[in-house]
Amino acid sequence: MKQNVPLAKIAHTRSGDKGDTCNIGVIAYDESDYPILLREVTTARVKQHFGALVKGEVERFELPNLGALNFLLHGALGGGGTVSLRTDAQGKTFGAALLSLEIDISR
Amino acid sequence: MIRIANGQGFWGDWLEAPVRLVEQGPIDYLALDYLAEVTMSILQKQRQADPALGYARDFPPLIARLADAIRERGVRVIANAGGVNPVACAREVVRLAPGLKVAVVLGDDVFARLDEFLAKGYELRDMDTGEPIATVRDRIQSANAYIGAFPLAEALATGAHVVIAGRSTDTALTLAPMVHRFGWQPDDFDKLAAGTIAGHIIECGAQSTGGNCQVDWQTIPDMANVGYPIVEAEADGSFVVTKHPAAGGRVSVHSVKEQLLYELGDPRHYITPDCVADFTSIHLAEAGPDRVRVSGVRGGPRPPTLKLSISYTDGWKAVGTLVYSWPQAIEKARAADLIVRQRLAGLGLQFDEIHTEFFGVNACLGPAAPPNPDPPEVQLRIGVRGGNKKAVDRFTRELIPLVLNGPPGATGFGEGRPPVREIMAYWPALVPREEIVTRVEVIES
Repeated sequence: MKQNVPLAKIAHTRSGDKGDTCNIGVIAYDESDYPILLREVTTARVKQHFGALVKGEVERFELPNLGALNFLLHGALGGGGTVSLRTDAQGKTFGAALLSLEIDISR
Repeated sequence: MIRIANGQGFWGDWLEAPVRLVEQGPIDYLALDYLAEVTMSILQKQRQADPALGYARDFPPLIARLADAIRERGVRVIANAGGVNPVACAREVVRLAPGLKVAVVLGDDVFARLDEFLAKGYELRDMDTGEPIATVRDRIQSANAYIGAFPLAEALATGAHVVIAGRSTDTALTLAPMVHRFGWQPDDFDKLAAGTIAGHIIECGAQSTGGNCQVDWQTIPDMANVGYPIVEAEADGSFVVTKHPAAGGRVSVHSVKEQLLYELGDPRHYITPDCVADFTSIHLAEAGPDRVRVSGVRGGPRPPTLKLSISYTDGWKAVGTLVYSWPQAIEKARAADLIVRQRLAGLGLQFDEIHTEFFGVNACLGPAAPPNPDPPEVQLRIGVRGGNKKAVDRFTRELIPLVLNGPPGATGFGEGRPPVREIMAYWPALVPREEIVTRVEVIES
């Protein structure tokens, strides 16, 4: 049985910038939910969630010791830093935006 | 055990934070981080206008405020407040706080050496795009090497009350006291990695003690009096992250994890001038109220290169806004955006980019924003950038007329025409580390 909920139900996030790349840390509230993050929060789904906002690739790194994933969203900040014309040129709000991603928490 | 606190996450952070840190409980070292990637270029411009400037001007008056604690309680300050003119910064400190001994770390500024580097065959390629620096050589405004903890530890060894660096890494400010007090060597990889991770956790000030924390944010106590982070470091490389009990905020495994993930790239290779830290080796444990123990950190040897922070001018930009009210606020704002674009095209003005956001609808998240079909008001926000300053300046005159000659219901133009700003872009590059030779100078009144 699938059990779909927003990512916010089991994880919190923090996002920031390095040039034109935005990073999003996705952290399971309960480390036992880490395998669900691994299965559900894939690079393809993150890329799809942000749509045209992310021009480049999405990379994923695993931190099992923290029950966390780290995503790099390349070409996501309109040029980044001082070049960008965006309100959120540093990607500060991307993490919270990812929390609406629908995931299946069935085991 | 030594206590190292961070009282400033960037230039412009809370002025009271470092004062509270020395007043509300014991600390041995106070680290203050002033430099963001583009701060050096702003400081370079200030020095060009006045040779006595080019450093974080908030810093000397702060040291004057802290001078009694520094003298009487032995709190030592380590800051990258020097910018492109650390000696001038140090002189201002001793002028405002007579009797303090200040050590300055020099050698990071390589602006005058760029042609020497190019002549040696270093192409200084952009680490992100791979382009050689020759394409922007004539537009470079500043160039500094990120320096690590060892030069700062050398400065601490002079016995100075205050250590001032230019472009040191943020993490080095925290690691340096550990290197100094515990006698760590360049091949103590795991310990250096632990101190680097301690630095990463506290370098953004309150972002590890409850600030910008998503977890139960409504219940984090007394944020008006938020405590900035303190690391209690042991000689074996383990440490506890905490805050003064009298201060607000919250230190938890959650708050520390969020900060560990902040601005992180590849977690196995967190590269600094001092070591390569492995974030997948970190072990966290709650160790009492507002205390998180960090242990198990592993690291590898420092890289053979050092990173340069180079800034260059890259055209001009301006961003203007206008507010449209209900009803049909979005439709009116969209119509106004099309009119502006049509008028700019009609004037024959060229831009590298015209970017429109509808505040209240999609400003932060663009196409990923949740739907908001009938908001009571929308702020139209249009930005342009390009190499032609006159075109950008002309754009700034195209918004306010819409109040009378565009869709109905426009307001919020009280700030007038937006300013035109020069874009200072960032160029990260690598040089062999032996090119960067630092030295320490002591300045006393």
